[in-house]
Amino acid sequence: MTAEPLVLGIETSCDETGVGIVRGRTLLANVIASSMDEHARYGGVVPEVAARAHLDAIEPTLHAALAEAGVTLDELDAIAVTSGPGLAGALMVGIGAAKGLALATGKPLYGVNHLVGHVGADLLRPPAAADGTAPGDPTAASADRGELELPTIALLVSGGHTSLLLVRDLIDDVELLGETIDDAAGEAFDKVARLLGLPYPGGPQIDRAAADGDPRAIRFPRGLTAPKDRDRHRFDFSFSGLKTAVARTVEAARDRGDDVPVGDVAASFREAVADVLITKALDACAEHGVPRLLLGGGVVANARIRGLAEERCAAAGVTLRIPPLSLCTDNGAMIAGVGAALVAAGRAPSPLDFAADSTLPVTSVRA
Amino acid sequence: MLLAIDTSAGTSVAVVDGPDRVLAQLDEPDTRSHAERIGTLIAAALADAGVTPREIDAVAAGLGPGPFTGLRVGIAAARAFALGIGRPVVGVPAHEAVALDRPGPVLVVTDARRRELAWSGFGTASDSALASGGGVDARLPRLVRGPELVLAADADALFAALAAESGPLAGAERIDAPVIPAGPLGLLAERHRTAGSASSVLEPLYLRAPDVTLSAGPKRVTA
Repeated sequence: MTAEPLVLGIETSCDETGVGIVRGRTLLANVIASSMDEHARYGGVVPEVAARAHLDAIEPTLHAALAEAGVTLDELDAIAVTSGPGLAGALMVGIGAAKGLALATGKPLYGVNHLVGHVGADLLRPPAAADGTAPGDPTAASADRGELELPTIALLVSGGHTSLLLVRDLIDDVELLGETIDDAAGEAFDKVARLLGLPYPGGPQIDRAAADGDPRAIRFPRGLTAPKDRDRHRFDFSFSGLKTAVARTVEAARDRGDDVPVGDVAASFREAVADVLITKALDACAEHGVPRLLLGGGVVANARIRGLAEERCAAAGVTLRIPPLSLCTDNGAMIAGVGAALVAAGRAPSPLDFAADSTLPVTSVRA
Repeated sequence: MLLAIDTSAGTSVAVVDGPDRVLAQLDEPDTRSHAERIGTLIAAALADAGVTPREIDAVAAGLGPGPFTGLRVGIAAARAFALGIGRPVVGVPAHEAVALDRPGPVLVVTDARRRELAWSGFGTASDSALASGGGVDARLPRLVRGPELVLAADADALFAALAAESGPLAGAERIDAPVIPAGPLGLLAERHRTAGSASSVLEPLYLRAPDVTLSAGPKRVTA
């Protein structure tokens, strides 16, 4: 099998319909249709709304990705699709489409782990001609970002996940060190935004409001950082207590008849999230003797989280890697990337009857 | 040659050749394994029929009504298979496959879950068309009403009333369909193609809006 396989990847685990195409590690297309606007009025992703939108979007997104990459289906070496973790009904649209496409074209099909996909995003390189990042992307990398060195600690933070991984090998050795035991960090941003009367999605809104606030104004709790949590939850996260603490602060201000100090609350909340994320990630680096940290997931768009990671990694002598933002949010290219790595390593395709697994563990890189 | 896929109830895949011949049909009655079974059933139906994907001229997709999560798997697979071979998709309401070739008026009834039934009423093929020599058009089911939802508890009374009325549903027979067979679905799609009445509408017949209510705002956490 070729070392530079041409692979199409399909991602439908949450509210983004993503189709990407890679040749080995070279990114050829990354097309995303998002149903985010349809969820805004509900204040969060509604699974049935997301699944309906995937079915509407999957075919146009496939066409758009093939056109963007300038390749035909015949040329593909394989097809990859997210098999989990994620919203079951949303995953199933992608899996149904991927199986139909694979059978029609006779191409091998790989079910791929979504979280490992976020790590794999860092392997992808833009084609020599363009750098493949969106205009104004604050994380747009220069043409040569160097190679991802392994092992690395990976911190994946999105609306659905908050996970800390130890990656020794992308397709053979990914270990889950910890994850959220309640809300995902992105979900906490959405819920706190609602408490403050700000629209969905909460991340950019909190970022904007926090610009005028003092991050030290209110000392919000850092979940699972007490000495008693060190044994069982050293690398786990919890944001539900933080969310409640914010609600108490907001309610107390309103009960007194005061204006809610939106800027201070937003800045102090964001600081609490950033602090606990980066503290635990660097603790994992220290514990495992791995001086490398990779960030992934949509919450990486948050400027303060990136900023604090840069500051603390520099101080700790840890090399920080952040893929371009267009590859941090959910996308099909990262799934194609893992698929290409599996093909290049000579791995067998997934059995044709693989299922959507909403809680697929990171140890299952391939379905 | 046409590949037909339906996941309105269980999973059913068929290959049909022209408007009257089912070459292969495979059924999985389980209503909770569409994503798992869709691939193996497509592969098995093609193998049983001795047909390669390149020999397929069109794909028929059953549009429900049916439980949404499973229903979407078949429609997504049908669309993507058609894209993969560069051929069109024909959308077919699943109830029509059950009504196909019935001699008299029928009420097709399927489980819509949550103590509701989905139903469609079909009259007989138009007498004038039959009298004038029939033709393909006369062999297509005539949808008179539906698909609609009815509370299971109210269904008997509704259907009795419809069958008692004069009109196209007079004396209609009730057919409760636990499965939707892809064979008749494919034959129906072929007849529509021949009659020039194939539908390019591929939206699932959801019949229900997404189950979600707008929040009244965050709940108070302090007493």
